[in-house]
Amino acid sequence: MLSIKNLHAEIEEKKILKGISLDIKPGEVHAIMGPNGSGKSTLSSVLAGRENYTVTEGEVLFEGKDLLDMAPEVRAREGLFLAFQYPVEIPGVSNINFLRTALNEIREYRGLPALEAKEFLKLTKDRQKLVEFDTKLINRSLNEGFSGGEKKRNEILQLAMLEPKLSILDETDSGLDIDALRIVSNGVNKLRNEHNAFVIITHYQRLLEYIVPDYVHVLYNGRIVKSGTKELALELEEKGYDWLKESYSETESVK
Amino acid sequence: MAKQVSTPLYQQLLDRFDGGLAIAQQAEPAFLKNARLQAQDSFRNLGFPSTRVEDWKYTNIAPFLKNNYSLDHEHAVLHENTLDAAIIEGLDCYKLVLLNGKLMATGYKEQLPSFIKIRPMAEAKEEAGFQKYFGKQIELEKYHLAALNTASFSDGFFIEVNANANLDKPLHIVHTFSADKDLFVQPRHLIIAHRGASLDVIESVVSDNNAAKMFVNSLSEVVVEENANVNHYVLQTAQEGLRLISHTEVSQKRDSVYSNYTFSLPSAELLRNNLHINLDSEHTESHLYGLYLGADHQLVDNHTFMNHRLAHCESNEIYKGVLLENATGVFNGKVYVHQDAQKTNAFQQNNNLLLSTKATINSKPQLEIFADDVKCSHGSTIGQLSQEALFYLQSRGISEDSARALLVTAFAFDVTEKIKIPELEVYINKLINHHIPANQEMIKI
Repeated sequence: MLSIKNLHAEIEEKKILKGISLDIKPGEVHAIMGPNGSGKSTLSSVLAGRENYTVTEGEVLFEGKDLLDMAPEVRAREGLFLAFQYPVEIPGVSNINFLRTALNEIREYRGLPALEAKEFLKLTKDRQKLVEFDTKLINRSLNEGFSGGEKKRNEILQLAMLEPKLSILDETDSGLDIDALRIVSNGVNKLRNEHNAFVIITHYQRLLEYIVPDYVHVLYNGRIVKSGTKELALELEEKGYDWLKESYSETESVK
Repeated sequence: MAKQVSTPLYQQLLDRFDGGLAIAQQAEPAFLKNARLQAQDSFRNLGFPSTRVEDWKYTNIAPFLKNNYSLDHEHAVLHENTLDAAIIEGLDCYKLVLLNGKLMATGYKEQLPSFIKIRPMAEAKEEAGFQKYFGKQIELEKYHLAALNTASFSDGFFIEVNANANLDKPLHIVHTFSADKDLFVQPRHLIIAHRGASLDVIESVVSDNNAAKMFVNSLSEVVVEENANVNHYVLQTAQEGLRLISHTEVSQKRDSVYSNYTFSLPSAELLRNNLHINLDSEHTESHLYGLYLGADHQLVDNHTFMNHRLAHCESNEIYKGVLLENATGVFNGKVYVHQDAQKTNAFQQNNNLLLSTKATINSKPQLEIFADDVKCSHGSTIGQLSQEALFYLQSRGISEDSARALLVTAFAFDVTEKIKIPELEVYINKLINHHIPANQEMIKI
């Protein structure tokens, strides 16, 4: 589904990603872990199409198409979804209107008719339950005055509404209390199936107890330095990230 | 004389004071004739304001006065599609139509309830309401164009709502302007809401898309008596050839509420609104909501003046501006709190979005406070669309154009949500969306 080959990216001439390769197939859940500043969020930003990053080398194919060539909205319509680490507050745009606009633009792209008001409301109600999202919030301005947990749940609600093929969860667990974490994870687990895939970017192993990954990758200094199964996450939790610095900073300086 | 614009039009207008106009005005009541003479003197002294006059610092009207305007507009023809432009879909309302400032006889008398009186201004001069309120508030020696209007207006509308009457539907007044040669028009209007009356007025300004230029110098007076409630909507959607100076002088009596909603939209070349609210009694409430969306080479200037004369009055003002392309916007919000106006609450806010590198905004809050026990605040901001918000919307599949339109609509929301007529809110939001152009080169933060 997603194939990243030797991806290099920089921001303001600072090299952040230094050759990432990763293959993701339908039905898989990949976790990407790593210390702060390792490039985790850059990777998600580059995949979603945030403007200020420049890809200097490599390619990303999404279902065989060149992802890097697409505008952010086209990536979304093709089935890519990024759950933001810091969801943006947009006063004056109602949550419900935003969801309807997004869903209908995606449907139009896929050659589907816009949903009737009734169908749309039914779908919204249904998906709201999935993430235990307060009905009061659905009519409010997008994320405005939402708590951290409410914002993250809203991200998962959007994910549930838009039904992407590949979802990237960028530190969705950071700042969540255990109840919110459970709700968000439950939502994701219910949405998992053999046709879609998830990339879970996280700093902590905690989330991976709820959303169990098939693969765990360790990102350090712009590269994937180690890949394994869910046991790797436990190992990281135990040992921390310091051993990485010892093992890999040397090669960097030799170079 | 540097404070005056030197233009042949000035002399042409002065000549009229002594010529044809004097004859036409002979039959008018003595008080009106006196007011006219006084106004003539004022205009003779003041002339047209140059940018040396503080209130006109950012708005140079000189280029708009160069045309060889005709002062006679008897032969105008109203085009059907001009009128269509003012239709607010689904709105149940009473309707008045004016052409070049003159009421058109379209059976408005029959449709209206008996407690509301509507006359052409030219026929209202014997009305008690006219004699009591006409020209009482405006300081002619200070306002160039108000003086000129008073000196030489010929027609407009006169509306009077009886005490305790409640107009069940909005009154939609459509000002149409049409000319086949350059034209100078001066409409004059008066609205009186008597004690306890309530009234929703929507004024639309539309014009023909002819090559001819039309300079409109309009003056409206609004009187809101004790405990009366007036919602006053102004929608300016005229075509490029229109240059509009619109002065609205409101006076409010005790326990009255006046709310003004001014929407200045493309494409008139020049829109200058002077909105003056005079709080003549204690315990009044005033709301001024404005949205200006300038495009192309438009010059959109809103000058508001909240005149807090007495105690325990409340005013609340929010003006929002969106400037596209080569447009220039001006906001000057003056709040004057007199020494007697203790316990005043006056709030003012002006926010602007600059969406093009060539657009300009001049924002000037102006508070003059002479009372010591008041709450007054003001704020002014100028900014661009947030790239982060745009990206967030795009990342959900929303196109860049739609995302931009959504964000501009959201920016305007503080104002549009205040509209109390749902059909009107829909109409305004549609207009906003319509004018946010696709693929425009936007400023990036």
